[in-house]
Amino acid sequence: MIDQSIYSLQGNLRLQLIEMYHSANAGHIGCSLSCIDLMIGSLIHHKKEEDSFILSKGHAAASLYVCLNHTGEISNEELNTFYKNGTKLPAHPAANKFSGIPFALGSLGHGFPIAAGIAKANKLKKNTAYSYVLMSDGETNEGTTWEAAHFSVMHKLDNLIVLIDKNGLQGFGNTKDILGDTASEEKWQTLGFEVLSINGHDLEQIINGIDKLKKSKNSKPKVIIGNTVKGKGVSFMENEMKWHYLPLDPRLYQQAINDIKKQYSA
Amino acid sequence: MRKAFSNIISKVAEDEKVIFITGDLGFNAFENIQESMKDRFINTGVAEQNMIGVAAGLAHKGYKVFCYSIAPFITYRCLEQIRIDVCFHKLPVFIVGNGGGYGYGIMGATHHSIEDIACMSSMPGMTCYVPSFVEEVETSVLKILESGAPAYLRLGLGKKSLIKQTKPESVNTVSSSPEAKITILALGPVINNVIAAIENAGYKDKVNLFSAVKLPFENLNAAFLQSVTNTKKLLVVEEHIARGGIAEHLALSLMNNNIHLNKFKSLHALGYPNGLYGDQNYHQTQSGIDPGNIQKIIKEWLTMSNPDAEHRGIH
Repeated sequence: MIDQSIYSLQGNLRLQLIEMYHSANAGHIGCSLSCIDLMIGSLIHHKKEEDSFILSKGHAAASLYVCLNHTGEISNEELNTFYKNGTKLPAHPAANKFSGIPFALGSLGHGFPIAAGIAKANKLKKNTAYSYVLMSDGETNEGTTWEAAHFSVMHKLDNLIVLIDKNGLQGFGNTKDILGDTASEEKWQTLGFEVLSINGHDLEQIINGIDKLKKSKNSKPKVIIGNTVKGKGVSFMENEMKWHYLPLDPRLYQQAINDIKKQYSA
Repeated sequence: MRKAFSNIISKVAEDEKVIFITGDLGFNAFENIQESMKDRFINTGVAEQNMIGVAAGLAHKGYKVFCYSIAPFITYRCLEQIRIDVCFHKLPVFIVGNGGGYGYGIMGATHHSIEDIACMSSMPGMTCYVPSFVEEVETSVLKILESGAPAYLRLGLGKKSLIKQTKPESVNTVSSSPEAKITILALGPVINNVIAAIENAGYKDKVNLFSAVKLPFENLNAAFLQSVTNTKKLLVVEEHIARGGIAEHLALSLMNNNIHLNKFKSLHALGYPNGLYGDQNYHQTQSGIDPGNIQKIIKEWLTMSNPDAEHRGIH
């Protein structure tokens, strides 16, 4: 049974994100709204203390910060320093500041090999912990994805759960028009992964999906392809590439808040 | 040096926390450690960037990880993984590059590493070890493990040392004489060219010879500083380009120490000045870091007038 209170996080954390980005006058809002539900399901719901979670798409750092604020590791006071001079919370996660942020990420293609190394260490130690890594679909363009994928299959890392935030948009265009679909179900299946393709905003599907994969001890590494919408929850941001970059002006800020309150009854 | 490296790894691998990763290299060298280390010996294939990321993940969980490949592949190819995944987090990941400098000779420029020290010594918190002699491989590995911090070990074609005590310090004394007129500092196995030059010409008493093994420089050896102050003539020899090499590192240290010289020359790798390829000796000769050219410079310096005497008009 899923604790119903977790559903309220979908709206509440989104409101918190919008507040943070607005007061920082910062971009990357769309990317954070796209993956926040996958993070609620994995990092907040599923992750146990011995597990590790790595946000490889480091540009969605604000999502990570609000989740760690919810779990109690980042205080409200600390969260208010986001983007400000002297902060521990820059636009991409920094090294050695919080135990919930074990690695500095922000250059794409780094998180998956690291998570595979952690999963391999857990196997060597006969430790039952899980290693989670959240990537973006654009990020799977990186060659390290394919190096790490083959490594994970070869080493039978069924304690590794890769989550792909598949919103179909990347830095300067549609994913399908750039290198094609590097996050396709078929490709990952062919590689030897156990693949689950779900709606990446449906908490029930995310939580139950991870549950299912955790129970599946078949020597196959796992991937959840979360089909998502960039800017999810804010009408004018949805599926718009520009919201990878733009900050919010006061008028749009109010509209964003209203949208989220309406959609999530937050 | 690869054999010495394999030997010391098989000893330290008795520690269950040690992992050895190779980027698909080690034929005729690592079979023994592969067998003895079992699942702690990992061949990550021809995928160097993933190798470093995986190593960082393993180190994060408490392992001490050696990563091995040919020097250029394990430095340039995955420099960002080394910088971010390893160095930012001060993890015990030890990068081992074989065949430093022109070590892979006729294999060609893709297999040479003459900018690696510049890259690796500029990484945050990274210490570079460049053994001059075979014996320094073991002491370097032990020191790297003891430090538990990011390290780069550059291996080359070393010979046995002529000296009794070799240490992986920033600067070590190799030979010295009270009559010395010149100070020479060499990085790595190219020191054997300096030794050959000195011995061929019978200059042993005229030169104080030092090896640089550990970078960045810290606490320069007192005997070295004394020698530089006394001789005021310093020749630096390295199988690495001038930019970011030990001559540049040293120039900064000497200026910070307010030490002035009358003569300073850097002999270093020049890349491929004639655009042609050959074995390691060929490239060393093209760059002027061969015994012949080193001997020529020592001879010139020994026969030149004493600058102080010149100043006073005495010849």
